[in-house]
Amino acid sequence: MLSELERTAIRAAAERPGDRRAAAAEALAMLQRERGWVSDESLAEAASVLGMPREELETVATAFELVFRRQVGRHVIMACDSVSCWIKGSESILELIKERLGIGFGETSADGEFTLLPAGCLGLCEQAPAMSLDGVPYGRLDAKTLDEIFARIGEDKHGDSAH
Amino acid sequence: MATPLTERLKADGTAVSISEYEAAGGYRGLEKARSMSGREVMDLVTASGLRGRGGAGFPTGQKWSFVPAKDDGGPRYFVVNADEKEPGTMKDRILLEGDPHQIVEGIAIASAAIGAEHAFVYIRGEYLKSAAALERAIAEATERGYVGRPKEGHGPEIEIHLSLGRYLCGEETGLLNALEGKRPNPRNKPPFPQVSGLWGRPTVVNNVETVANLPHILREGPEWFKSLSPASDAGTKLYGVSGWVANPGVWELPMGATVREILEGKAGGMADGRVLRGFLPGGASTDFLGPDKLDLRMDFDSVGKAGSRLGTGTMVVLDDKTCPVGMLLSLERFFARESCGWCTPCREGLPWIVRILEALEEGRGEEGDLERLEDLSRKLAPGRTFCALAPGAVEPLQSALKLFREDFEAHLRRKGCPWK
Repeated sequence: MLSELERTAIRAAAERPGDRRAAAAEALAMLQRERGWVSDESLAEAASVLGMPREELETVATAFELVFRRQVGRHVIMACDSVSCWIKGSESILELIKERLGIGFGETSADGEFTLLPAGCLGLCEQAPAMSLDGVPYGRLDAKTLDEIFARIGEDKHGDSAH
Repeated sequence: MATPLTERLKADGTAVSISEYEAAGGYRGLEKARSMSGREVMDLVTASGLRGRGGAGFPTGQKWSFVPAKDDGGPRYFVVNADEKEPGTMKDRILLEGDPHQIVEGIAIASAAIGAEHAFVYIRGEYLKSAAALERAIAEATERGYVGRPKEGHGPEIEIHLSLGRYLCGEETGLLNALEGKRPNPRNKPPFPQVSGLWGRPTVVNNVETVANLPHILREGPEWFKSLSPASDAGTKLYGVSGWVANPGVWELPMGATVREILEGKAGGMADGRVLRGFLPGGASTDFLGPDKLDLRMDFDSVGKAGSRLGTGTMVVLDDKTCPVGMLLSLERFFARESCGWCTPCREGLPWIVRILEALEEGRGEEGDLERLEDLSRKLAPGRTFCALAPGAVEPLQSALKLFREDFEAHLRRKGCPWK
């Protein structure tokens, strides 16, 4: 169920000047931000707050790659597979990530920690190969930098459990 | 050599603050624009010869001039296209992160010219650092009274919209649909956005780099702007290089700098042991040019005459240790994924191209595949599809089939990729 805060945010967006419908994208962005993904249930509720058919909001949700319609892991990796990164060896970087996490594109690791998704160019072409992890960009990837990135996540996790 | 767009960038990567920007002459262009009529600002920008830096190269002042002159009392909108998602392109990010005030000032100037009280910046969802820098710049400029109070003549109100992610959000009518909360499918033209854009109102959409040029043109004048370039196109240009070069990056050079000046002078030439085989001059959707084009001037007209497009001016370099067919497969997979599916040639044609390229790479290529690719690139050419996505997708394909013919044939003959 959507929280009262989420409902209020969607209503506020719908009441701003312009077309009421423009709030659809904002509602989806807010749910994505708050929940990490947009479930069928929250999409249906958001549609009813916006006063639009569920199917109509669905057509917007499925058009965009940063609206996740399936539950994702605690961390989301978006690995660039576009041309500048491909030239600089993104395929071997992907192999390293897949080996480490045991998952391919569109999959979530068994422990629910990681989801791996392809990114159509992250705009880091001069730092290729590149990826983003939970929205933070990383460039000039190789086996060593990947080790460092994953080690840092491991430490954060350790830090979390210590609290 | 003048570098008005990048000369204030700081080595530590933090954004130029409003005081630093003002100290360097910032917001004086806006002051000048506000002492002129909208029509005069438009004429001045037209006289400067500024052409759109998003890829199409349409003259900016002329683009603005299609906004109806008569004020019907309803809203008009100015929109900045910061949805930089053309593979191989990373130039606007440098400006957004490093010197956002020139973009804010540019927005205020353009809005004054066309009479817009509201402006939107549509920015990639992944460009969080850019969005944060711009948000801060807008807050600073609002506090100083440069923007944010349209009713008192200090407009416009500027709103940042983070994209939820799709290549077509960079197509100006797809962008407008996305801003309206719809799928980012492109719209039919005409009517053009200047007449019927956002919510059916007159709207101008300009690229980040285009907008960043405006403060300097207003402050220094159109003759100065023209004097920056040795070519027929005026001003400077952000050029980029990615691929196996010694020093990939982005640099501001006079518009019409040669490929050699960019590739050898700035990017330091090819990486050790690699030989240049070709390059896409301006992002993924431009035709390949060969190593014989090192002395080509990188301006709109010269690159057009050479059989390609300046596009975004960010080159993607192909070297001899990289398979051209594999590179194309990466390019076409991107375009196939990003097709909105609205028109059949694009929706069906791009995956077909991907399947043929995959077959060639995996040794399953068949007699007639290269002819099928040629045929498909003709069937997805301009005029055959609803928007420019598919025609852009086949530019690298049709040029590679000519330039790297022997490599395609080798994939067939040797039943697989010679580079693997």
